[in-house]
Amino acid sequence: MTASRFQHLIASGLVLAVAVIVGWLSFTQQPAEAFLFPRLISVVFVLLALWNFARAALGLSKVGEGVDMRLALTILPGLVVALIYIFFAAKTLGFYLASTIAFLVVYTLYDPVPVSDLRGWVRRIVITAVFMAVIYGLFAMLLQVQTPRGLFI
Amino acid sequence: MEFLSYFGGVFEPVAFMLLIGGTIGGLILGATPGLSPTMAVALLIPFTFHLTPTQGLILLGAAYTSTVAGGAVSAILLKIPGAPANIATALDGNAMAKRGEGARALQLSFLSSGIGGVIGVLLLIFLTPVLAQWALAFGPSHLFWLAILGVTVIGSLDSKSFVKGLLSGCIGLWLSMIGYDDIQGAQRFIFFDALAGGIHIIAALIGIFAIPQVIEMFAKGRQSGVIEAIEVPRHALSASIAEVIQRIRALSIGTSFGVIIGLIPGVGGQIAGLVAYDQSRKFSPEREKFGTGHPEGLIAAESANNAMVGPSLVPLLTLSIPGSPTAAVLLGGLLIHGIFPGTDLFDRNPEVAWTFINSMLIGQILMVIFGILTAAWAAKIARVPTPIMAASVLVLALFGSYSVQQSMGDVTVMMGLGVAMFFLQRFGFSAAPLVLGLILGPIAEANFIQGSLIANAQDGPVVYFLTGGLNIFLIVLVIASILYSFWSNMVLSRRGAVAA
Repeated sequence: MTASRFQHLIASGLVLAVAVIVGWLSFTQQPAEAFLFPRLISVVFVLLALWNFARAALGLSKVGEGVDMRLALTILPGLVVALIYIFFAAKTLGFYLASTIAFLVVYTLYDPVPVSDLRGWVRRIVITAVFMAVIYGLFAMLLQVQTPRGLFI
Repeated sequence: MEFLSYFGGVFEPVAFMLLIGGTIGGLILGATPGLSPTMAVALLIPFTFHLTPTQGLILLGAAYTSTVAGGAVSAILLKIPGAPANIATALDGNAMAKRGEGARALQLSFLSSGIGGVIGVLLLIFLTPVLAQWALAFGPSHLFWLAILGVTVIGSLDSKSFVKGLLSGCIGLWLSMIGYDDIQGAQRFIFFDALAGGIHIIAALIGIFAIPQVIEMFAKGRQSGVIEAIEVPRHALSASIAEVIQRIRALSIGTSFGVIIGLIPGVGGQIAGLVAYDQSRKFSPEREKFGTGHPEGLIAAESANNAMVGPSLVPLLTLSIPGSPTAAVLLGGLLIHGIFPGTDLFDRNPEVAWTFINSMLIGQILMVIFGILTAAWAAKIARVPTPIMAASVLVLALFGSYSVQQSMGDVTVMMGLGVAMFFLQRFGFSAAPLVLGLILGPIAEANFIQGSLIANAQDGPVVYFLTGGLNIFLIVLVIASILYSFWSNMVLSRRGAVAA
C-alpha cells in the first residue's frame, strides 16, 4: 500500500509549514548572533521542504504507506490510551497505578482472546501484576527513581 | 598494543556481570520480532545513568552485539527476522530448520556471527587509534563539515527517498537548537514549557525509536495467529565448528563485506547481510541450492551482519559519525556520560575507551556461548504476544524517559516526538537521520560558532570554511553522498521500485 497523492500533499504541507515557521523565527528573532546557525539550517530546511511539497503536488512522492481509515481505526484506541496515560494519568494517578491500568487496558484492547473469556482475564491480570512487580523492583528498589505519586502511588 | 593493558577492567565483577546480562538480554531482545537493536539500546540507556561510564558502555556494547546475533533465532525458527540485519538469514536458516536441522542452523549462525564479530572488533581495535590521531588535524571548520557529512550520509543512504532523508536530518538539526542558546542565553523555538530545557537526547531516542514501534504493534490489531516455533533436535557442536571451518569461502566473503560495509557511515547490517549473501551465492559452485536451506547462505549472512558491528564504531569513535542507527544511539550514550569521540576519547579516557572495545571482543565470545545455550529458550520468549510487547514497551518508555532527569517535560517530549515520528515514517521520513541531526546539531553549531569567530579574526568565513584541502575534501564528500543518493533514487525510480 502506498499513500495517496492527497495524503502526501497534507504531510509535505505540514513539514513545509514547520520549515517556514522555523525559517521565519530564525530570521526575525533577536539577538541575531544566537540565530546564526538556525538561519543557515533553516534555509536548507525550507528549500528541501519546498522541493518535497512540489514533488507531492506533482504526484511524484510515492515513498511511504500513509495512513488509511482501517489503520487509523485500529491504532486509535491504543493511541488514545497511550496519550491519556502519558500526558494525564501518569502524573495524576501516580506512575505505578497509571502504568498498571494502561498495561491492562492496552493488553485487553489488542488481545485476541475475547473479553468474555474469564480465563483470559485471569491471564491478563497475572501478567500485568508480574510485569508491574518487575518494573517496581527495577525502578523503585534497584534504581531508586522517585516517580510522581499522584493520588495514589 | 595498548588495548591489552585494559582487559582487566572487563573482568571486574560488576562489569563482567553487566557484560553477561547485556549479552543474554540482548539475545532475547534480538530474538523478539518488533524489538529492533536500536530500540533495545535506546531503552537501555536510562539504566546506564546509574553506572560508571565504562560499565554503562559495556552494557550498551553487549546489547548492540547480541541483539544483532539474537535476531537470527527468530529468523531461523520462526522465519521472522528479529532485526532487519537478519533478513538474509531467514532465507536459508528457516529452510534448514524446517527439515529438522534447526540446531545445526543456530550453531552455524552463532559461530559465524562470533567469528565475523571478532574480526570486526579487531579491526576496530587497530584502526580506531590511527584514525583518531588523524582526527587531531581537524579544526572547527573541519569538525563542522564532518557533522554535516554525518547527517547527509545517513540522510541520503538510510532513506528510500533522499529528499525526505535530508529533510529528516534538517528536522533533527532544528530540534537540536530548541532551548537556550549556549553563548547568548537567548530563547530559541521554545513553544511551550516542556521545551525550555531543550530536547534531552535520551528522551528523544526513546520516543523516536520505541513509540513508533508500539503504534506499529497497535496497527496489527487483535491478531489471533499463534506463531509456531520449529522443534530443535540436538546436533553435535563439534560438527558445526568443523563445518564453519570447511565453508571458509562463505565465511570470508561474509566477514569481508560486513567489515567494509560497516566502515561506510549510514549503511546498516541489513545491507551487509544481503550483499554478503548475494556475493556468496555468486561465488558458490552450489549457487542453485541458495534459498533452499544451504548453510553457506546462512554463514555468509550472519558473519556479515555481526562483522559490521565493530567497524561501524570506527567512524563513531574517531569522527563522531555513526556507522549505523544503533551506533547513533551509542553516540548519545557516550555524550550523556560526558565522553566525546575523537582523540579526546583515547587521550583523556583511555580506560573507558579500551575497556569498552575489549568488552565487545569478549562479548562476541560470550554471545556465541550463550547464543548456542539459550537459542531454543529465546525462541519461546520471541513468541510473546504483540499486545504484551506493546504494553511493556509503552510502560518502559515512560519510566525510561522520566528516570533520566526525573522530569515530566522529558516524558512529554518523548511521547510527542514518538507520535510525530510514527506519522513521519508512514510518509517516508527516516528516524536515523533525524536522530543524527539531533545528536550532531550541537557539535555542528559549536564548531560553526567557534569557526566564525576565528574566521572574523582572519580572512572571513568564506575562506575559512570553504578553502583548504581538508575542507574541500569534506565538502566533496557531502556533495558526493547527496549526488550518489539522488542518482540511485533516479535509477530505482526508473525501475518503478521507488520514487524520490
